[in-house]
Amino acid sequence: MLEHARQRDTMLVRIRGELDHHSAEQVRTELDELIADERITHLVIDMQGLTFMDSSGIGVLIGRYRTLARRKGKLSVQNMSPLIERIFQLSGLHQIIQNHRSGAGEGRR
Amino acid sequence: MSIINQMRLEFMGCPQNESFARVVISAFAVQLNPTIEEVSDIKTAVSEAVTNAIIHGYEGAQGTVVLSATINDQHILTVEVEDRGRGIADLEQAMQPFYTSHPELERSGMGFAVMQSFMDGLEVTSTVGEGTHIRMRKHFARDEK
Ligand SMILES: Nc1ncnc2c1ncn2[C@@H]1O[C@H](COP(=O)(O)OP(=O)(O)OP(=O)(O)O)[C@@H](O)[C@H]1O
Ligand SMILES: [Mg+2]
Repeated sequence: MLEHARQRDTMLVRIRGELDHHSAEQVRTELDELIADERITHLVIDMQGLTFMDSSGIGVLIGRYRTLARRKGKLSVQNMSPLIERIFQLSGLHQIIQNHRSGAGEGRR
Repeated sequence: MSIINQMRLEFMGCPQNESFARVVISAFAVQLNPTIEEVSDIKTAVSEAVTNAIIHGYEGAQGTVVLSATINDQHILTVEVEDRGRGIADLEQAMQPFYTSHPELERSGMGFAVMQSFMDGLEVTSTVGEGTHIRMRKHFARDEK
């Protein structure tokens, strides 16, 4: 479900398909492997190809946010669908996770 | 107000069936001419209820989950999700946004809040040791899209 590209301290991950309780465990494990290197302080998740997400996805995102916060890093997302944006609003995720509308300018820190 | 269509489906409460339940409810709702947003709403709400039955109701023990739905002549879809699992002792607490009995599993406690906000009505009845019954309602626009 994941494709990634690293640029120094930033890991860009594209997620595809449906993020529910069933897929969450695998996504969680793969994301944790991708950010295992402590020098990565910025995780950017591109949601262009994510067609579904429910509250199981909220848990996955908050968990990765916490890992990055412990190393003074940050998590941002880009290209969310309107449905996922509503879940973000409802759960307050937009307060801790930056949302970029386009993938153009994901700079470092 | 009379029922014009009805379905009832029984399946094993395993995680693979979360997406199965979403596909079933969106297929059933097609006759209501839903918008893309309305389809996402019901899929998400059903996903929350079915996931709760699997994780919390049966705690991984794979009991039977029942998904049923009706459509009435007022363009109202009613969806029910039932499990015969452990039940909920304190319903008021369980339905509070951000309350979860399983923070260690990275649950966020937002399932009921999602059902509430994505549907037009939510009723929950639960008995400890007997199971949980979720009933949700959504009104669809009547125009011929
Ligand atoms: N079918 C059920 N059987 C038993 N307990 C349930 C059931 N559904 C919900 N609960 C209880 O209600 C609580 C709140 O449910 P809710 O869906 O809002 O949050 P969650 O499932 O814990 O987290 P999230 O849905 O955000 O992943 C659960 O933690 C659980 O204790
Ligand atoms: Mg839940």
